[in-house]
Amino acid sequence: MQPVGAAVPLRVDIAEKTFRSAQGVSITALQGLSFEVRPGEFACLFGPSGCGKTTTLRILLGLDKDFSGSFQLPQGGSNRIAAVFQEPTLLPWRTVEQNVRLALPKSLRAKSLDELFDTLGLAGMRSLYPAELSLGLARRAALARAFATESAVLFLDEPFASLDEQTAERLRQLLLTVWSARPTTALMVTHNLREALMLSDRIIVLAQRPAHVLGMFDVRLPRQHRNPQVMSDLLRSFQQKFPGVA
Amino acid sequence: MTAKEDKSGRSGFATPLTPALTVTVSLIGLCLLWGLAAHLWQSRAFPPPGQVWQVLLREAASGDLFYHLGATLGRVAAAYVVAMIIGSVIGVILGSYRGADRFFSPWLVLFLNIPALVVIVLAYIWFGLNEAAAIGAVAVNKIPNVVVTMREGARAFDPRYAEMAAVYRFAPLERIRHVLLPQLQPYFAAASRSGIALIWKIVLVVELLGRSNGVGFQIYLYFQLFDVAAILAYTLAFVAVMLVIELLLVQPIERHATRWRRRPA
Repeated sequence: MQPVGAAVPLRVDIAEKTFRSAQGVSITALQGLSFEVRPGEFACLFGPSGCGKTTTLRILLGLDKDFSGSFQLPQGGSNRIAAVFQEPTLLPWRTVEQNVRLALPKSLRAKSLDELFDTLGLAGMRSLYPAELSLGLARRAALARAFATESAVLFLDEPFASLDEQTAERLRQLLLTVWSARPTTALMVTHNLREALMLSDRIIVLAQRPAHVLGMFDVRLPRQHRNPQVMSDLLRSFQQKFPGVA
Repeated sequence: MTAKEDKSGRSGFATPLTPALTVTVSLIGLCLLWGLAAHLWQSRAFPPPGQVWQVLLREAASGDLFYHLGATLGRVAAAYVVAMIIGSVIGVILGSYRGADRFFSPWLVLFLNIPALVVIVLAYIWFGLNEAAAIGAVAVNKIPNVVVTMREGARAFDPRYAEMAAVYRFAPLERIRHVLLPQLQPYFAAASRSGIALIWKIVLVVELLGRSNGVGFQIYLYFQLFDVAAILAYTLAFVAVMLVIELLLVQPIERHATRWRRRPA
């Protein structure tokens, strides 16, 4: 057993996950999928569309318990997990601020959210209902909810999908800002290689169905140095290491 | 100007006023038509509006009207609360668990098709001519309808909200209050609407058969006296009460419950 408070990595060791269709056909989505995310590291789960990334995340979120294998979540703080889903998934009948506060543990309910809302540019929108927000703003609110919980681990499932590139880029910067303020062990699912190279310390590359780890790609460069020139170098070395993946 | 404000839905008081005005004009039209018909076909069985109004004033002055209206209203409220709570709980359970739904579906069809009168008579025979039997009988008549509506509501639950609540560890009560109930609200409103109208009609039968006060009792009394004006006076007085409840209670509550919906542009 690890002593309390010690930094524990996110350990994933899923032997198999099989879906059974209504017609009785079984499809193996994951097989022998194992990897580790070090404490305080931002990792990306990268792979082709439909390879089982979201399935993996649902298992880690505790939403799918029908699989064989095991995983261990990082401990520490509130021992909670936070998630940013593919869609913002805000309760439409609660305001932005209520949505964020409802997700907080009882001990943090009364805490000041001013700084977080300011950073994310949501200061004037706290009392709006989600239907009154644009998709980009709703996703910011979803980010605010995830970061406000001060969780031990953060999962993100393609949080910038279906946004125009400009908005997505702005949101990636915001994500980095709030994450850097309190670096949490984070695992993000994406099929956008540029996004993965820009955000992560380590990219976990998955193979086509049934998904298993093809290899790791470490990005050791600090994020502020990842300018366009460096990004294209990173891209090239990624493609050399994993030809045909991206 | 009013129409414009009405469209945006932002003006707080212009919206309820305009429909109220329409309702008033429409009711005055109905009264005029009734007066004309009563003038053409003069009979003791078809009194003109003026005569009904006189009876209404007489009954109000003696206090009888309010006593009996109050008794009926109390029964309607009690039966409504009982039926909505029990019906909602059963409905949500049936909507959430397929096995339970399959098992209890035949029961539901059975209860849906038992005539109100049979339930009332049996309740009085089994439990005696008392208030609990009266209210219970009305509630039992209404519960199957509530169950059917709320079952649909539970089937329409969006799993994404439940998953979000699970990930962020909402407490059980918070899940009910912030995730489940808001999703059920439109179904609850539909069940309420159709429920109130059905309940007060059944309450009248219950009062007629086994109570010694209430609008139903009075109507039965005046039926034996062949006093059509009094029968109409009591009926209209109670309809008016229900209308006021709809305007002053149900509609504001519904507006509050749906305040988060995007207003029509």
